[in-house]
Amino acid sequence: MGLRTDYLREVKAFQPSPPYAANAVKAFLVGGALCALAQWLVDWYGGTFAASPLEAHLWASMVMAGLAIVLTAVGKYDDFSQFAGAGATMLITGLANAIASAAIEHRSEGWTAGVAGQMLKAGGAAVIYGLIAAYVLGLVWP
Amino acid sequence: MKRVGKQTWVFDDGVYIQAAAAAVGPLEADGPLGRYFDVCHRDLYCGEKTWELAERRLMREAVDCCLQKAGVSAEEVDLFLAGDLLNQSATSNYVARELPIPFLCLFGACSTSMQTLAAAAALVAGGLADRALVATSSHNATAERQFRYPTELGVQKPKTATFTVTGAGAALVGRTPGRWRLRAATIGKVIDAGLKNPLDMGAAMAPAAADTIEQHFRDLGVSPGDYDLIVTGDLSRVGSVIVRELLAESGYDVTDVYNDCGLMIYRPDQKVFAGGSGCACSAVVTYGYLLQELARGTFRRLFVVATGALLSQTMVQQKQSIPAIAHGVVIEAAGQESDLPP
Repeated sequence: MGLRTDYLREVKAFQPSPPYAANAVKAFLVGGALCALAQWLVDWYGGTFAASPLEAHLWASMVMAGLAIVLTAVGKYDDFSQFAGAGATMLITGLANAIASAAIEHRSEGWTAGVAGQMLKAGGAAVIYGLIAAYVLGLVWP
Repeated sequence: MKRVGKQTWVFDDGVYIQAAAAAVGPLEADGPLGRYFDVCHRDLYCGEKTWELAERRLMREAVDCCLQKAGVSAEEVDLFLAGDLLNQSATSNYVARELPIPFLCLFGACSTSMQTLAAAAALVAGGLADRALVATSSHNATAERQFRYPTELGVQKPKTATFTVTGAGAALVGRTPGRWRLRAATIGKVIDAGLKNPLDMGAAMAPAAADTIEQHFRDLGVSPGDYDLIVTGDLSRVGSVIVRELLAESGYDVTDVYNDCGLMIYRPDQKVFAGGSGCACSAVVTYGYLLQELARGTFRRLFVVATGALLSQTMVQQKQSIPAIAHGVVIEAAGQESDLPP
């Protein structure tokens, strides 16, 4: 047995596998903390500002997204995601980061072809499938 | 000049590197080889407005510095060979636009450094050029944009991922005896081991590196012990272990003389995942560190094997595997030459 007999199989011994358990724990804790923060914002808008539940959710989402955009702009969100993994990418903060990072990246090609044209490059799939999923769920639970 | 064996060119009538230079970005300057580089930038933008312009500036600086060291003006150079990782090799073409030198653009992904050096040596040895200039570059942010994601996109990268070196290297090849003699070059074949993960290029490229190194040993009838150092381009922590294992399976023990530029350019505590990669990785380590240590006598003969993952974003998205290639060049301290068979 050796690499030369079956490279695709034998090479796996040389490839460090991702720390799945540690990644899952980190994603759970960080993602959970972000969700708890967002929930606190919802309650705060609902309580202090007497916002309706819909308005409170919208405000909380916007604040979380805004936070992610600021962290993206100062170049910290990618480091945060490297640590938190899915805990950072699966939330609305991840979507905000995907759109903002593409917009920043393509600023050098101008506002139209660059920023606007490329903005959804990384986040477009989440937007499209998010819309489809929302539509389907809307049919199931009218 | 002659061909020996199947894939190896031997330059037996004197082809030399007359000068070489390396320009790098901040992380590379901060690395263990920082003091060997001619131009060090503190900022990834290198004083330019975009990443692409920064990469172009790095290549231009390496070229200018190399010509200045050689005491040769651009008009006195007969041929310019260069390549990089951007679409249409934009960096090389735009640098060549500024130079009054006939130009051949080459693409070999991260093997471009030795691809251009081997081609230049052959053209000079064959009398088609008296002086040939070679250059290659890569930039972390342009490569991320070209091959992966926007630089600020939060993606959890695996430990097998590599970190593209920001820098450029240039060398002037000619017949006038210089400090470094080019003795031989082995041109690699494209080898595709069937791997599909662009975040594990070390494992994809290792079989190509092993193939070229073995072919070189067979063609020339040499062994690992004939070299002070056999250095691969950017196999990183993952691929460098695999290539040693592949060579060991073929009966070549390179353990004592082997290293990888991707492991040499950064400190272990710099956050670069499995190590450095990119065209500039082997270029700046060779044209900066290795040549200076050859001149100093630390090494007498090197075999530099630049490894390239011939990655296409479109092909990867279409679930195609990643072809790889490796080209090697034997560089000796001039005056030490000698006993390299045949």
